[in-house]
Amino acid sequence: MRKAACAMAGIAMATGIAIAGPGPDDDELVIDGQVLVTEVKTADGHPLDTVYSGWRFRSDETQALEADDFENPAMIEVDYALDLWETPMGEANQSCAGCHGDPDSLAGLRAMMPKWSEAEAQPWSLEHWINWSLETHAGADPWKWESPEMLAMTALIGLQSRGMPMGVQTDGPMAAWIEKGRDLYYTRVGQLDMACSQCHEDNYGQMIRADHLSQGNINGFPTYRFKWSGLGSLHRRLSGCMKNIRATPYKRGSDEFVALEAYLASRGAGLSIETPSVRN
Amino acid sequence: MAKVRPRVRVPKKASAGDVITIKTLISHPMESGQRKDRKTGELIPRKIINHFTASFNGEVVFDAAIEPAVSANPYFSFAMVVPESGTVAFKWVDDDGSIYTEEKSITVE
Amino acid sequence: MHFTRRDIGRLGIGAAAMAALGATPAAAMTDETRAAIMDFTGGVEPGAGDIMLNTPEIAENGSTVPVDVTCDGARRIMLVADGNPNPGVATFEFGRLCPSRSAATRIRLAATQDVIAVAEMEDGRFIMVANTVKVTIGGCGG
Repeated sequence: MRKAACAMAGIAMATGIAIAGPGPDDDELVIDGQVLVTEVKTADGHPLDTVYSGWRFRSDETQALEADDFENPAMIEVDYALDLWETPMGEANQSCAGCHGDPDSLAGLRAMMPKWSEAEAQPWSLEHWINWSLETHAGADPWKWESPEMLAMTALIGLQSRGMPMGVQTDGPMAAWIEKGRDLYYTRVGQLDMACSQCHEDNYGQMIRADHLSQGNINGFPTYRFKWSGLGSLHRRLSGCMKNIRATPYKRGSDEFVALEAYLASRGAGLSIETPSVRN
Repeated sequence: MAKVRPRVRVPKKASAGDVITIKTLISHPMESGQRKDRKTGELIPRKIINHFTASFNGEVVFDAAIEPAVSANPYFSFAMVVPESGTVAFKWVDDDGSIYTEEKSITVE
Repeated sequence: MHFTRRDIGRLGIGAAAMAALGATPAAAMTDETRAAIMDFTGGVEPGAGDIMLNTPEIAENGSTVPVDVTCDGARRIMLVADGNPNPGVATFEFGRLCPSRSAATRIRLAATQDVIAVAEMEDGRFIMVANTVKVTIGGCGG
């Protein structure tokens, strides 16, 4: 039975036909009383009929850790961000609270990432925006992309959009970036000569060794991964995938990753933001 | 590393005799002593929370002696019967001698 | 129907029946695990009894495996992992105000192995149960 499944999976990968593996499960994600959308029927022209959140591919135990704000290990970092929020920083001794009031004043922000910056004439990830604000408004040093501070703060700000539909701007100047992201998604790279689509479009729902492949949607980032025993950014995850196929990864915050982020945000549009999510 | 910070969930109110569930977490990498430094090849020394105690009005309710096999950001949940109003005191002990504490009050109506 | 350890616990099937189902406390454990258990019991061989040890059948990632253990009338409960570099995991001690002798935590498992709970009862007896947890090595993921 196993051999036949492997052979069929091989054929499926060669021909690009997805056959039923375990598939996404039927569980419903409810966090502290709020029902989150983990499944969206897509419009015509989308390469997939339905997009699913990565949550739907995880084991019951992993899913349970996201469904409760105390059980969720990422929340301890959100506590850290709440402290940072009130901390005066930089030459101007300015705290986030000083200008922004409460964190919920930024509700909806993470749902529209990456967001176009007129000044830079390109889209920016949330990390770019946070550093811009730190430097411009507080005269503070920027935070490293994967620093505890940046991860905590993107988790806190992301949490303010939890439950909202992921919805990046796709028209105007964003169109070209999304197109570039689409190209990157379908381009084979690395020693293993693979593209994102081969796992996440052609074979989502199947097992890759012992991992249950998701569609690679990004509505949960930054996410608490058991593998990292901590929070990690989307760009870290993309980087890891590239290393797995023995490609030289793009850098955090690079044009390539921002373009990919924009494309992935449009690809999974409508899924509820789950930040900070829990994954394996 | 971000500061070691505890996080506990204790109901604020209860009736005398109620059994409540207490949940606790503390942010800590729980460095097992098994990992090697990627650059030098040296073993990263062990540094974990090795003991956790919860007491109610000074009496120990739950005590855990902890080994490196407990996951990072150690989580413990246990039950307690509430005899009267009082304070639950939590204590975590680090290998390096640091002690982290947290306290929550319960009011019996 | 495929019984998970949770299901068996809920059905209240005792250890003897579990043995019949092929779920005996592991006879073939490492010397280190045996030593840790003997240390806990002061040399007394633990018998079978009513301990409910909940573990996932398959751990999605070995770094964070939720487990919980309940044993009415236990004074202390020790968890050991028979396939880890060191078997010790945690030892819980319950006070007077902790009537339901239970504890939940998250543990690290290096590979597929038995997770063993040994309870010291108020009356001085020692009892033990073992669950096999499959620990997967992921396919990918950065």
